[in-house]
Amino acid sequence: MSVLLDIRGVTRRYPRPRKQLFHHEEALVAVDNVTVQITQGRTLGIVGESGSGKSTLARMVMAFEAPDEGEVLFEGKNIHALGKRELQALRPEFQMIFQDPFGSLDPRRSVGWSVAQPLRAAGMKPDQALILKTLEQVGLRAADIDRFPHEFSGGQRQRIAIARAIVTRPKLLVADEAVSALDVSVRAQILNLLMDLQDEMGLGILFISHDLAVVSSLCDDLLVLRNGVVVEQGLAGDILNNPGHEYTHTLLTAAQLELQGEHAA
Amino acid sequence: MTRAINLRIGAGLVLVLTVAALLSLVWTPYDYTVLSVTQKFRPPSADHWLGTDQLGRDVVSLLMAASVNSLAVAFISVGIGGSIGTALGLTASAFGGWVETVIMRVADLGFAFPALLFAIMLAAAFGPSLTNAILAIAFINVPIFTRVARGAANQIWTRDYVLAGRAAGASQFSLTIDHVLPNISATLIVQATIEFAVAILAEAALSYLGLGAQPPMPSWGRMLNEAQTLMYLAPQLAIYPGLCIIAAVLGFGLLGDGLRDISDPRLARARA
Ligand SMILES: Nc1ncnc2c1ncn2[C@@H]1O[C@H](COP(=O)(O)OP(=O)(O)OP(=O)(O)O)[C@@H](O)[C@H]1O
Ligand SMILES: [Mg+2]
Repeated sequence: MSVLLDIRGVTRRYPRPRKQLFHHEEALVAVDNVTVQITQGRTLGIVGESGSGKSTLARMVMAFEAPDEGEVLFEGKNIHALGKRELQALRPEFQMIFQDPFGSLDPRRSVGWSVAQPLRAAGMKPDQALILKTLEQVGLRAADIDRFPHEFSGGQRQRIAIARAIVTRPKLLVADEAVSALDVSVRAQILNLLMDLQDEMGLGILFISHDLAVVSSLCDDLLVLRNGVVVEQGLAGDILNNPGHEYTHTLLTAAQLELQGEHAA
Repeated sequence: MTRAINLRIGAGLVLVLTVAALLSLVWTPYDYTVLSVTQKFRPPSADHWLGTDQLGRDVVSLLMAASVNSLAVAFISVGIGGSIGTALGLTASAFGGWVETVIMRVADLGFAFPALLFAIMLAAAFGPSLTNAILAIAFINVPIFTRVARGAANQIWTRDYVLAGRAAGASQFSLTIDHVLPNISATLIVQATIEFAVAILAEAALSYLGLGAQPPMPSWGRMLNEAQTLMYLAPQLAIYPGLCIIAAVLGFGLLGDGLRDISDPRLARARA
């Protein structure tokens, strides 16, 4: 299988607010020299505690911001070196699902409008049949097309967001904590949906989570981040069965404890 | 509870004013352009509900006709100033960086510039006229709406649905039109209602000073000015337009405040 996304030695720094007049604070390195690849049809999990740089990496993959060093290649093209129009033309190929299903849909726009947005932005005609088919793919009804976000539950909203993300038939899906805000039962449904879509469409998925339990059920490959630095990377199964680093072990234990807590509840 | 009452009083006053203004376009109890020496300074009666003025014109008819002037001036000036200000605020917010800095500094300058001064300058340059008054009032609305629109828009730009739109490939312009503007419209409407009150007061003040509506166009401000010399003879002729101005300003002010309270979920939650 071909390499879809090639992240090469990517570093991102944020300036820290200066506290003293003549003392120059060193920049915060949110992502530090990360190299990783996503292959077509596979899922790369990125885990790490809060502040470890997961979302920063996702924002660079989505070309919302550029790395200070390194490059992100999508199908061989450095997305941060593309012109505005070239990037716009490429955007249908990689889409994103956000954490908060209540914040990622415009309350003033109907489901149909939101799902059609990537088509319109790419200059394609928002084809009604395609939108209906996509809604069906994510388990929504045709009648939902004219309804508004506030009429849906969190899980249903996440389905709408997924419909919007796959309507252009992308090759890569970036999911930043896409199920963290959902109830446990709904979470499983959405994870299953993502896996089904992956089988159906051959999607590459970049799946970000602080929760190793979720990641273990979904991911083929794994990258463990801590303070922007890669702690471990490799096949998900290998790392989860045999964590090579104390930090990964801590994350695993925390996930198991949480899982037990949820079963008890 | 009191807020709901304020909103209702405000809405009631605005409704009465609007109906009176619209009605005067087709009907007033008397023709306010007809002067009559025999009918001047009449006290209130069944024929003339609020009596007649120094030229024998029916006061109710004059007040009604003048309300059109007040509303129209407020509508046009807030409309023009608000649109320009909103466009500037949205531009500042969409571009950020030095564009935002420049626009906001210019808006700050506009804030420091009193409307009255601007109206006097316009009057000095082009002669006093209602158009110049409208321009002056529109002018003061520009920086106000620039600030309000930019502040509200900056909040919307941080929302995930805007980011989702960007991921979809939408341009800054279409993100502004599709997401930002619709989601700040409630804020803008509230601000416009409040600025309506300010504009009505400003028009009255400018007309009172002779910088606004010119004779024979009826205007509350000018009625106030003309009644001034008759203060001892017929004080009611000053009181009536004064009350109208107060009612209109209060009406739009209360309505705007009430609307703001409903549209601001933080306040709504605090109330519950
Ligand atoms: N725009 C920014 N400006 C300054 N610092 C930032 C910015 N974005 C992120 N950071 C910092 O970079 C670091 C990594 O943040 P990031 O959001 O990528 O972490 P994360 O792994 O997604 O955490 P979480 O699990 O809480 O979402 C944090 O220390 C954060 O404070
Ligand atoms: Mg994050």
